[in-house]
Amino acid sequence: MRKIQAEKVKNKVKQLFLRANYHIGEDILTALKEAREKEVSETGRSVLDMLIENYRIASEEEIAICQDTGLAVLYVEMGQEVHIVGGNFGEAVNEGVKEAYVEGYLRKSSVDDPVFTRKNTGTNTPAIIYTSIVPGDKIKFMATPKGFGSENMSRLAMMKPADGPEGIKDFVVDTIRKAGPNPCPPTIVGVGIGGTVDKAFVIAKKALFRRIGEHNQDERYARMEKEILVQINNLGIGPAGLGGKTTSLAVNIEYTPTHIAGMPVAVNVCCHAARHAEGIL
Amino acid sequence: MKKIVKVVTPLLDEAVSNLKTGDTVNITGYIYTGRDAAHKRLISLLKKGEKLPIEIKNQIVYYVGPAPTPPGYACGAAGPTTSYRMDPYTPALLDKGLKGMIGKGLRSKEVIESMKKNNAVYFHAVGGAAALIAKSIKKSEVVAYEDLGTEAIHRYYVEDFPAIVVIDSEGNNLYEIEPPKYAK
Repeated sequence: MRKIQAEKVKNKVKQLFLRANYHIGEDILTALKEAREKEVSETGRSVLDMLIENYRIASEEEIAICQDTGLAVLYVEMGQEVHIVGGNFGEAVNEGVKEAYVEGYLRKSSVDDPVFTRKNTGTNTPAIIYTSIVPGDKIKFMATPKGFGSENMSRLAMMKPADGPEGIKDFVVDTIRKAGPNPCPPTIVGVGIGGTVDKAFVIAKKALFRRIGEHNQDERYARMEKEILVQINNLGIGPAGLGGKTTSLAVNIEYTPTHIAGMPVAVNVCCHAARHAEGIL
Repeated sequence: MKKIVKVVTPLLDEAVSNLKTGDTVNITGYIYTGRDAAHKRLISLLKKGEKLPIEIKNQIVYYVGPAPTPPGYACGAAGPTTSYRMDPYTPALLDKGLKGMIGKGLRSKEVIESMKKNNAVYFHAVGGAAALIAKSIKKSEVVAYEDLGTEAIHRYYVEDFPAIVVIDSEGNNLYEIEPPKYAK
């Protein structure tokens, strides 16, 4: 067994959320600059210019890219040879989130009770943690501050197997059409197909970590990603929803086995500020 | 480059009428922040016939919950939040003389009808440009509901706050006008 101090978990989580909230990925920046060159709408170009400038300011000054610094979501791959010592794993993760959000001047957006009190917890915890146990003696963290302007536009369809790829394409495109300007386009669209209702969303959100320009390794799914992206960008919604060719930067599909009777399709929408950071202990 | 229209607060009726959908504007003056929780409290006061903690006549409300202010800054990152969540509360505030709203995203039919009736305007600010937009916020103070934290009502002094008129007082809606031009 490899022993890992809970303190190290806390520090790693803190570092990842600070990095994700201040520094956008180079892939997104490149995609926005390319979109800027191709965008035919004058307003669209000026919106993209503002976004590129915003990312520069946030990164240089180390301030939040967006005031909605999200709920703290983590995918953790825990090596089965790891033994956490000196504390509790979940507490260490939440402590790391709290320190990042309090010390990093990030907005605390988590409320304790969704219906009645809606009192802010003041720490942006609890984090939402998906853990899987994997071979090895390391811990991999994938952290994403998930904003809710786009989360609120996400949808699920429990489709019939007979709906096939065409049904899936129509549903994803329709989700983005209905969302219009609300999720801060140009968006990144995470699609999870298969599993159960919950599993479909877990993989849809994980798909948002993929680098722009990379596709599903299965060429049938890769083709579907490309076709959906073309259809979305033909909607005309454009940057900030003010019209143009740049409505989404990527459609990322992940799939997983499912039941003989079903074909769940989860669409998790993410704004252009698709913030994420990964690290290994 | 499009001409930039200067907007100042308090926002008077004549200025509202002159603003047209698609105008690029720079807003200067005092504006108030308010989002979900603050709107809920304001409306609950109006329902009870009580006085609001701020005078909203001829004012602009900005739908934002800012990030905390780092040392040396006037304000933390402060971009717009999605406006439709405030729709159920908005007509009552427009009836009380609110003249402008800054946010992002679609509005309900009821809000647009109320804007036409009350001569009000809806400005779009670019979502996710929060660090950039914060540069135009020169002063920030909490004026009501401090217990709500980021959702408290702040009064900002803004200089050349960048926005676009997305729905004007005649109900012309840029979100409906522009996208079809680029659709295939």
